[in-house]
Order: sequence, then C-alpha cells, then structure tokens
Amino acid sequence: MKLDMKFGMKFKTLFAIGIAAAALASPFRASASLGGDMTSVRDDQAKLQGTLQTTSGNTYNVHEIHAASGVVLREYVSPSGNVFGVAWKGSTHPDLRQVLGAYYDQYVQAVHAQRAQRHGHGPLTIQLSGLVVQTGGHMRALTGRAYIPQNVPAGVQAEEIR
Amino acid sequence: MRAIPSRRFMISCLLATLACALGCSSPSSTTNSSTGSGSGSNVQPISVNTGPDIQLGEYIDGAFTSVTVCAPGSTTNCQTISDVLIDTGSSGLRILSSALTATLAQQTSGGNPIAECAQFEDGFTWGPVQTADVKIAGEQASSLPIQVIGSPNFPTIPGDCQGVAEDTLADLGANGLLGIGQTIQDCGVDCTESGAPSAGVYYSCPNSGCVDTTESLPSQVQNPVASFATDNNGVIVELPAVSISQPDATLSGSLIFGIGTQPNNVLGNVTIYGTDPYGDFYTTYKSVNYTGFLDSGSNAIYFLDSPTTGIATCADYTFWYCPATTQTISVVNTGLNDATGSPSFLVGNADTLIDNNDAAIAGLGGPLPGLFDFGLPFFFGRNVYIAIDGQPTPGGTGPYTAYSNP
Repeated sequence: MKLDMKFGMKFKTLFAIGIAAAALASPFRASASLGGDMTSVRDDQAKLQGTLQTTSGNTYNVHEIHAASGVVLREYVSPSGNVFGVAWKGSTHPDLRQVLGAYYDQYVQAVHAQRAQRHGHGPLTIQLSGLVVQTGGHMRALTGRAYIPQNVPAGVQAEEIR
Repeated sequence: MRAIPSRRFMISCLLATLACALGCSSPSSTTNSSTGSGSGSNVQPISVNTGPDIQLGEYIDGAFTSVTVCAPGSTTNCQTISDVLIDTGSSGLRILSSALTATLAQQTSGGNPIAECAQFEDGFTWGPVQTADVKIAGEQASSLPIQVIGSPNFPTIPGDCQGVAEDTLADLGANGLLGIGQTIQDCGVDCTESGAPSAGVYYSCPNSGCVDTTESLPSQVQNPVASFATDNNGVIVELPAVSISQPDATLSGSLIFGIGTQPNNVLGNVTIYGTDPYGDFYTTYKSVNYTGFLDSGSNAIYFLDSPTTGIATCADYTFWYCPATTQTISVVNTGLNDATGSPSFLVGNADTLIDNNDAAIAGLGGPLPGLFDFGLPFFFGRNVYIAIDGQPTPGGTGPYTAYSNP
C-alpha cells in the first residue's frame, strides 16, 4: 500500500506501538477507528463488510470505506498513522460504537446532555475538549463527522473532514 | 449526474401542465366554492406550542397536532393521540408506547413480530411495527404500518441499532412523530433486498431475540398521506409569520393535505424546486453549493459552521449561533429542475432570543457543516409544499418542494 511505502520504517514502528497501546486500552476489542491506527481502519473495513480505497495527501491520507450498508465512511489518517477524524454519509449512520470506539460512551453522555438543553430536535454538535462529533441530515440521507482536535495535523482545517 | 432526473422532471411538468390545460378547467366549476366543499376534510389544525413534556422544559419551534389511530377496521378501538410532532424530514407515523392505550395489530412475518430501528439526525427510535387505521382531519390511511416506539414488549435494542435512543417522552419531546416528507417508505428498496444493505433497520423478533430482516415496500412504515384515498400527493404546511423581536407563546396554523386537489390547496404562484427522492435540493451560499432540505422537525435553521459563516456559536449552546448582532443570511436555492430562488432568513442571538416562555421563536440558527437544514423558523410566514415521490400534481410529479415568500 502507498501508505506503507511512504512512511516506511517509522510507520511500522508506530504501527507496532499503536497495536500495543490499543491492546492495553481495550483488551476485548481489536481496535476502533477514531484515535486508532491503520489496524483499526482495516478492522472497520472488516466489520462494515466494506471495500477500502486510499487517497494519499501531503498532510494526511484518506481511507474511504464503502460499507455493505451503503454508508460511505472516510477515515483521516495522519503521517504518524493516527486516525484523527472520521466522516460518513448514507441512508443510516454507520456502527457508531465501532467507529467512535473508546469515545463512544463520552459521545452518548454528551448527546443526553445536549438533548436536555436543546428544547427540540436538530443536528447534534458535540464539542468537548478532546472530541468533536457532529451528526445531521434527515431520514434516509444522514451525515456525520467526528475528530480529535488535538490530533488534527498542523495546517489541516477541521472543515476538511467531511 | 443529475441532468437525467432534471430533464425527466421538466418533461413531467410539461405533461402535467398539458393535462391540466386539457382537463382541469373543464366544467368542474359546478362545485360551489362558498360551501368550502371538502375545505374542512383536508385541513388539520397545527400548533407551535411548548409540547407535552414538562421535564424537558418547553419545546421550542416544534409544530404539533393530533392523530387518531384505530385497530384496523375498528371504529371503537380507537385513540386520539395529541402532541404529535409534524416532521417533513421523515416519513411514517411513530407513536410512543407510553402514549398509546388502543390495541393495534402487530405486524408479523413468518409468524414472528417485526420491529424497527429508525435512524434520525440526532438518534433513533426502536419498537414494533403495527398496523392501524390512521385518521387525520377527514382523511384516512387504512391498515397503515406505523412504528410504536419504546414498547416494553421489545425491551432489547439490537446491537447494530446505532446512536442514542429517543424512546421516551423526555428524549422524544413529543407523543409521536408524523413523518410527511417526500418519500413514501421510511427505508425503500434497500430494505427489500436480502443481505447487508437492509442491516440495522427492520428486525424479525422471535422469542430468541431480534435479527435483521428484509421488509417489502408495502410492509414498511410509511408516509400516511400517500395512503389516503384522496389528497394523497403531498402536503402544505401553513404557519403565520413571527417577528424576531416578538416571539409568540403559541402559533396556530394548518396542515393541508393534497396539492392542487381541492380549492384550498392550489399551488398558486410559487417556484417548484425538484428534489432528489429524499427531498434534497441545492443551496448556494457565497458561491459555494451545499445540500439543502426543508425539515419542520428541526427546531432552528441549521447551516454550515462558524469558520464558513463567520457567526460564532453560543458559549453555552454549541448547537446554536449567537451573533453579536442579528445577521441576514441570503442564499440561492436551486432545484434539480434548475429552478432557482433567493430566500433570506435572520439569525439572531439564541441566548437573548430564548425567554423560557415562548414556543415560537424566529431567528434561531445553529451549525450543521456542509448542509442547510431549513427548520421550522423558515416555515414561519411561508406556505411550504412537500410533493411526494412519484405522485402527480398540477405542478408536476413529485418529489419536489415549494414555498411562498413571506
């Protein structure tokens, strides 16, 4: 893969560290995308029964998974091999527990807090210090994105995650 | 890619116009319009009010109405459900189990009950699919599949039903949702094919637990309007204007069934915006194209983000905008039929707009990256037309959307 060629040994080392870290953080789950590494991208691909397409850029790579459900999931991977953002579009949301991984519980808690404040329905804008999640659209045409602000590479605008 | 539906749409418009020119103005004028023949039968009063949930606090910018459901064929096993939210962003009637006392007919397949996980922008509803005769104004949809939300008989939410449940009054903020959008079914062909595309929507629920299943189009939860015997090609949502400086405690309006089917639902002089099957059109802001849609179930006009608009979100509400001074946002809406219009709307400071008393508040806006969700404040002072996918109207075959200018 292009990514392996580009980052060579450095990537492979981080790759190994990433696997170790993921194993420590979540012993019962192989990995999960957001905040994970390339193994998590492949894990998502497997879980979502999707095909994977990779686009290499100067500051990050985009791994686009076309899930069997019809949902298109884009995972944004930094040069250090970290998934710093995900974005999706489809007739349903993707498996958010899988996609948000370790951040899922934090997300659920924030959704409840937001509902109590909003006085009605509307797109979600979860903005925590270490996590941003936005979901919107309407029935049969849903979109969303999530990213870890601290992990977005320098010079990359959050708006590029879409 | 969209040139084909666009051309097809224009041809259907032309055909409809021709058909109308030939037949519509023929001797039907024998109808006495002063009697308002049928004027009541297709008009349902709606109200923007604080909604049914005290715990949640008052509902802001939601339009509610009542819907009567009966067990199929019964005139006695019936119940009128109040405080049902009108949602042009979805399709299908959904009623909270906690608000339902009438006994409806459980839908089954192969002897097993069917349940659904319906996904929305801010969560999902889970519960059994049941059939009911649904009565609104003088209209009736017979044996319509609807969703009963949060039934204690289906307590286990499947693992692949994703997001955060909206299965209680506190989470839903309404006794139900009346989905009257452009689509007929709430899932469509994706759910009819075996294999993964149907995963996570319809479930077969034997005692051993619920598993993904396919669901035929007529069995899916669907837009009640399309199942009416008459006035079944769409709806008009009519709400009076609201001043940004003077919110209203409540606001009364009408939900009118049918487009061009009665003297009270003519299209009039409005621009018709062809949409994709789900109700989406193009919205251009500062020369950039985005996706736009009209969604009465969203309680503000949600669009783009602070870096793009230059409007800050509120310090306390990340989901609303709080500009220092009221902003006028001008956009161009373009239909798939290439029709264009240039609406504008106001965005005020949510912190000062919300006063804990009023339910109808103009100028409420919030972020939604890459999209324009024209929520209920956009409906104030406009008549909004939603034409259902594949249904003929005097303005052409749906799906389309149209709105009068305030």
